[in-house]
Amino acid sequence: MRMMSGAAMVVQALKDVGVTHLFGYPGGAVLDIYDALFAQDDVKHVLVRHEQAAAHMADGYARSTGKTGTVLVTSGPGATNTLTGIATAYMDSIPMVILSGQVPSMHIGEDAFQETDMVGCSRPIVKHSFLVKRAVDIPKAIAQAYYIANTGRPGPVVVDLPKDIVNVQEEHLYEFPTDVTMRSYNPTLKGHPKQIKKVVTTLAKARRPVIYVGGGAIASEASALVTELAEKLKAPVVSTLMGLGAFSCTHQQSLGMLGMHGTLEANKTMHNSDCILALGARFDDRVTNNVDKFCPHADIIHVDIDPASISKTVNAHIPVVGSVDKVVQQMLTEMQKHDFSDQENNLAEWWEQISEWRERKCLNYNQGDTVIKPQKVIEALYKHTNGEAYVSSDVGQHQMFAALYYPFAKPRRWINSGGLGTMGFGLPAAMGVQFAHPDACSVVVTGDGSIQMNIQELSTCLQYNLPIKIISLNNRALGMVRQWQDMIYKGRHSHSYMDSMPDFVKLAEAYGHVGIKVDSLDQLDDAMAKCFAEKDRLVFMDIAVDQNEHVYPMQIKWGAMDDMRLSKTERT
Amino acid sequence: MRRIFSVLMENAPGSLSRIIGVFSQRGYNVDSLCVAPTSDESLSRLTIITQADNKVAEQILKQINKLIDVLRVTELTEAAHVERELMLIKVATRTDVARSEVKRNVDIFRGRILDVTSQHYTIEITGTSEKLTAFADVMAQCADITESARTGVCGLSRGDRALRA
Repeated sequence: MRMMSGAAMVVQALKDVGVTHLFGYPGGAVLDIYDALFAQDDVKHVLVRHEQAAAHMADGYARSTGKTGTVLVTSGPGATNTLTGIATAYMDSIPMVILSGQVPSMHIGEDAFQETDMVGCSRPIVKHSFLVKRAVDIPKAIAQAYYIANTGRPGPVVVDLPKDIVNVQEEHLYEFPTDVTMRSYNPTLKGHPKQIKKVVTTLAKARRPVIYVGGGAIASEASALVTELAEKLKAPVVSTLMGLGAFSCTHQQSLGMLGMHGTLEANKTMHNSDCILALGARFDDRVTNNVDKFCPHADIIHVDIDPASISKTVNAHIPVVGSVDKVVQQMLTEMQKHDFSDQENNLAEWWEQISEWRERKCLNYNQGDTVIKPQKVIEALYKHTNGEAYVSSDVGQHQMFAALYYPFAKPRRWINSGGLGTMGFGLPAAMGVQFAHPDACSVVVTGDGSIQMNIQELSTCLQYNLPIKIISLNNRALGMVRQWQDMIYKGRHSHSYMDSMPDFVKLAEAYGHVGIKVDSLDQLDDAMAKCFAEKDRLVFMDIAVDQNEHVYPMQIKWGAMDDMRLSKTERT
Repeated sequence: MRRIFSVLMENAPGSLSRIIGVFSQRGYNVDSLCVAPTSDESLSRLTIITQADNKVAEQILKQINKLIDVLRVTELTEAAHVERELMLIKVATRTDVARSEVKRNVDIFRGRILDVTSQHYTIEITGTSEKLTAFADVMAQCADITESARTGVCGLSRGDRALRA
């Protein structure tokens, strides 16, 4: 216990919870906290160029490590600029703590300079929030914020700090709480034993089972357990956009991603299954298609840490509330009481059927001789990174191509805004990844639309020497919008193109980085090699790709899971 | 279907707005809302009336339960319960007939007259929402209603069932 100022308490509390990186931007209301940061080296502060990017960086840091990301911004515009980043983290259940400055307590409610009701603004997109009213409460609020953010179903937590309580002039007693438990918050981690029994007996009877893995398997670090379970059951595994990598996409039993742009075999397998084991997935509308036609023959087992996610869109026959790792561990123990030794025979017919669907090779595409297909770029990226990179993506066609053509073998390697679909997420997220893993290969897959939504962070990359590799699929259009306009609006491309693209190579160079332009297929391989040979510098690859390429497969609206377009002309 | 949810939550700034937020952001409607601290002042008890089918009711229950400030939530209408609402109603009585008619009906409905002027009565009445509405209808027939205020329903389960921290 020591006497210190409110500002020093903020920094000390961050150290006490183990924060290594703080992504932020100073301003009036947080100048005291910034002064306290100046005097220490334990918490590394990263100065961003826009507060939205600070939130995405903290997000990328969190997704790639499992640790809570931290943001520090000033009141008013500093705080509101983080909202898109907070909503992005909220939708994907990413642990994050946002420390926002606030005007002095006595001015709250007076429409003071740079005042916004941050707790109010962020309320629908946070797991919880605190408005700290006394300096002595700072350590407890910060300790609880981190506890809430990274337990149960993770999510962002806002801590709003009025300027008067962080005043460097006044000192108070600092006491970091040893116990942060709260009587009103106690997440259920272990599944109910009765439900576990039911799950295992149902799986034992299933002849067409499928394991449907979501982001919850990554959040609970359950990869090894899920793999063990899948191998015991010999069942096919499909993954959500958020779950990619939780079960290796290169595993024989993996059918890849399911849903709107899922593979034919994944969606067919789901639709024809007699038992779906959902592990930390939430039956999102981008997965289910028309819920009334959703998987009519399946018993649905839904394992989720959030009871509110169970039976929200699709009714679960066997709900299990608990974290994926704990529940799968319980299942594996329970399975010893049953005979699962003959799964190969039990599921032989099922796998035969699945092989037929696989045979259609739904990801095949026609490359042609000159114009580069976007799929080709992702395949080249996979080859040049040995499938080992951390790939952060923006939102649009390139995101789906990356999800489909870069088979992730490990969890926490695929970093994308799945739920909110935030353009501008990729570059700052990749920066967060690079800060967390300085020696790893951090790649951004982006497009000419998305990259321009947070391009100012190229400046931050130079300041901190981040050797990120930006793979920009430049189709001179907002590709996914354009695709929908082609399909639904008779090709009327209403405001989905930009005819004043910057010269991205010069732009990268202006920011002090390396720019490489690729126009034709024969340049692609060499350019990629050159890009990844630049170990210490950021490289921006501006790759001209086919403007008319669509992402396929694609579910047909209002249909069942497996009603799909396979190309511009073929349907299931 | 009409539902009554009873919520026990931390009596902390912002708790109420979080509950209301669940209703507004997820598109559930609130018919009435009644909130006050409990005998343990660190806790608040909240009673919400809403219209919802079974699926929506289950979601409301789960979404409220998910809030960090909430300790317990239950649907009172799932089992036997008692519910009461209080109304204050001010009526203008222009004639002696009207005055006696109002007085007679207050007795029938077991209300109480809280304030009297030569032209007005202010009446307190408790009961179920239906009873209050019935009383207001009767008042409208024998006098002019100047204004009224209702608390919204509060309720408890019958027997030994209880919401406890």
